[in-house]
Amino acid sequence: MSAIGLTLVLVLGGLLAWLVGRRHAAAARWIALVALAIGAAWLLWLWWQGPAAKVGGSGAPGAATALGGPWLTEISLPWIPRFGIALHLGLDGLSLLFCLLAVLLGLMAVAASWREIQTRAGFFYLNILWVLAGTIGVFTALDLFVLFVFWELMLVPMAFVIGLWGHGDSRRAAIKFFLFTQGSGLLLLVGILILVLGHAAASGDLTFDAPALVGAAAGLDPRLAFWAMLGFFFAFAVKLPMVPLHAWLPDAHSLAPTGGSVLLAGVLLKTGGYALIRFLLPLFPDALALLTPVALALGVVGVVYGAVLAFAQTDIKRLIACSSISQMGYVLIGVFASAGIAGGAALDGAVLLMMAHGVTAAALFMIAGDLRERIHTLSSAEMGGLWGPLPRLSALGLMFAIATLGLPGFGNFAGEILVLIGTFGNHPVTALVALLGLVTSAIYALVLVQRVFHGPPAEPRLGCALHDLGLRESAALGTLALVALGLGLYPQPVLDLTALPLAVLAAQGVAP
Amino acid sequence: MTLSQLTALLPVIALGALPVVLILAIAIHRGERLTLALTLAGLGLSLCALIPAQRVAPLTVTPLLIIDGPALAFTALAALAGVATALLARAQPSPGGEPPEELYVLVSLAVLGASVLASSRHLTSLFIGLELMSVSLFPLIAYARARPEALEAGIKYLVLSSVATGMLLFGMALLYAGAGALELAAIGQALTQRAGADVWVPGGIALLLAGLSMKLSLVPLHWWTPDVYEGAPPAVTGFLASLAKAAVVVVLLRLLSTSDAGGEMPMLLVLAGFSVLSMLAGNLLALRQRRIARILAYSSIAHMGYLLVAVMAALSGALGVEAVAFYLAAYVVTTLGAFGSLGLSGARALEDLNGLSRRRPWLAAVFTLMLLSLAGIPLTAGFIGKVYLFAAGVDAALWVPVGVLVAASIIGLLYYLRLVFAMYVAPADAVASGPRASSATAAGVTALAGLTLALLWLGTWPAPVIELIRVTVAGSF
Repeated sequence: MSAIGLTLVLVLGGLLAWLVGRRHAAAARWIALVALAIGAAWLLWLWWQGPAAKVGGSGAPGAATALGGPWLTEISLPWIPRFGIALHLGLDGLSLLFCLLAVLLGLMAVAASWREIQTRAGFFYLNILWVLAGTIGVFTALDLFVLFVFWELMLVPMAFVIGLWGHGDSRRAAIKFFLFTQGSGLLLLVGILILVLGHAAASGDLTFDAPALVGAAAGLDPRLAFWAMLGFFFAFAVKLPMVPLHAWLPDAHSLAPTGGSVLLAGVLLKTGGYALIRFLLPLFPDALALLTPVALALGVVGVVYGAVLAFAQTDIKRLIACSSISQMGYVLIGVFASAGIAGGAALDGAVLLMMAHGVTAAALFMIAGDLRERIHTLSSAEMGGLWGPLPRLSALGLMFAIATLGLPGFGNFAGEILVLIGTFGNHPVTALVALLGLVTSAIYALVLVQRVFHGPPAEPRLGCALHDLGLRESAALGTLALVALGLGLYPQPVLDLTALPLAVLAAQGVAP
Repeated sequence: MTLSQLTALLPVIALGALPVVLILAIAIHRGERLTLALTLAGLGLSLCALIPAQRVAPLTVTPLLIIDGPALAFTALAALAGVATALLARAQPSPGGEPPEELYVLVSLAVLGASVLASSRHLTSLFIGLELMSVSLFPLIAYARARPEALEAGIKYLVLSSVATGMLLFGMALLYAGAGALELAAIGQALTQRAGADVWVPGGIALLLAGLSMKLSLVPLHWWTPDVYEGAPPAVTGFLASLAKAAVVVVLLRLLSTSDAGGEMPMLLVLAGFSVLSMLAGNLLALRQRRIARILAYSSIAHMGYLLVAVMAALSGALGVEAVAFYLAAYVVTTLGAFGSLGLSGARALEDLNGLSRRRPWLAAVFTLMLLSLAGIPLTAGFIGKVYLFAAGVDAALWVPVGVLVAASIIGLLYYLRLVFAMYVAPADAVASGPRASSATAAGVTALAGLTLALLWLGTWPAPVIELIRVTVAGSF
């Protein structure tokens, strides 16, 4: 099996879930679970095999190319020869990590939706699996056209999930999400075309293959290269999200069903960060230098503004969504602080933080979903004193809230501290202001815990019999807790996995 | 006329014989099944006739027609579009009880007109083809005579089409006065070599462009489009929106490429103006509509705006020509599919679509796919078409049109998503099961299945079609 195989398993699994779900709704969930389990098993096997192992067949890995570390599996099939477009997919340590996150959170999403989704369950699981297929495609794409195809493909099923199974005015949220992402996606297309066609005019070689395009920006007119880079940057920044372009996020995350929120916060946001590292850093080293101050500033603004927004929310899902904006601000800082520097801690920190945030944000959304199931409200004004009737839920909620605020021992802290250490060397002011984020995140996280779990109950009905977390919910959240703790207490395996790819990618930006 | 010229003309002859055969058949035995079968056979025959014709191409047959790669490729597209239209028309029974057989005669006449239009190298054949197509469309649009809006649409199209034809003729007269000849090549040469103070040729070209733009429903000459698209039967609207426009685009490209002045600033500015206006106005106006046929009408106006970007790029390079050809193919398939699904669903207002995904899940899936193709989502033909558009635009450095293309596409998403979501929402009143939709007949299923497969094929494996386009079309402009 190769990267294509993984995507195919998810796509076919989704189709099967839809077709079977028309007759037996319950079977659809199991099919989704099985498809994801197959994917997870293959990815874990790849990790265990390790980069030293040579995988045979069409996936014979090469040595480190310009775009990443030793490839665990790589495949390239000609697709549209007229444009030099090939279906070029590959997994190295960095992609493997993100794919693992995607599959893990996919399993969590299915677990969270087990009881919540009653209408048209088959179609729901089709959309969930196809979103994941799209994100896996993004994480493994090595051809710019393939990247763009999968980038757009993620959108439609996600828009369906938000719009059809969401709460409140979720259709508007879905359309807003779609417009922002698709619009910026078109800017990505223009950027790709400028790069590719410019490279073709300069060297006579028309290709969309990303590794082949690594030096291409240098041969372009600097202004054109800058606009091309902006096209890439906008698309990835909207997904991240970067602060002026974040308007789609609070509504989409809070109105989506739990499974949708888990995938949105845990996986889709990471596609922005991943693409920044994998494509923007190596392809546009010169033009990035112009953008770095702006991006760092916006990252810092995002950290503080996101936290302020989160603090102001009474809807707990919106609070968690705004906290995502704040955390992803650190990722933006980490990526741009390492632009042009070989071997810095900032990039490692950004990746680690993305993993940790994916896990903790997903867990918080799952807890919010569990709360909604029990007390039918998400407004913190109507909560309070839930620790009494729901001790397990509250304990896990406290744990993930503390993880989010950056307590040492959890992955979020490890990521944030690495980012700050890496940034301080060249951009001390940025690092100092970003430090504020540690304080502000503590504020909203503790406020969340205090309003929801502690204090007197706001409503008398909260005192009536509420059932605590069942086996399924506990198992899911427990798994996420273990991963978050693991990332915080012993992140070295993760750092080892991504060390070589990140070194290669960061090195592209260093002036010779 | 030599044998090779006759061979080259075989597809046109087959298409020309078809209406005659149909009329005779109707006179002998009036029955829709027979007429449909004969129509499909005739169109299939003309497709087969392309094979011997292609061996002798390119060839000038009479001073009027040139049978070359683009002409034959377009004839193939026209015949296939005719097949789809005929099948879809069969699947939607006419409400007023009009005899259905004449519709097939008119459709085959329109296909003939389109084919002649795409093969024309002379203003006379341009006029003949255009008029043949338009006059066939008048009764087609008004076919459901019992409905007042159908008659209104037909009269509107008659009047406005005649205005366009009048402008066209006046333009042709001016061009003849200025160039002294009616061949497109001679017009092109006269345009390139014109003296600074010359008024005949530029004036003639302007009027010609105005007439053709009205046919293409480019803004600001688009006023007839929403009413006509809404009043006509959906199968006819699909044909009108897809093939009728595609034929005019081909002839526009022929006209512009004969002249070096085609790539010069005044012409580019004019085209850019039409393009930008159509893209923006088409999408913005569609946002306000609540009736589906009108939304799709404005959407097709916007798509013609998008296509003009590729036409502008075609004036300076071969990538633009490929882009135009692929986009036309994708657009024809998608438009026929969209209007076909609309017709089969029986929906007229946005609310009529509610609950379609439960009542007719496969129809809803097909309609969703067609709408996503119009929006340019990957795995559909419309996506590859859009990439081609962007590639051609960036290659020709048409930055402003490309920028507007991005903005317009984003606006367009709003109403496409509205349509898609409407299908998956439950109907407001659970009692009514929605408007009477025609049951899934074999003809409708065949047509939509074929169109969907074509859409997915063009979207996921476009390489063979791209090669075909490069071989037949790209060299000829």
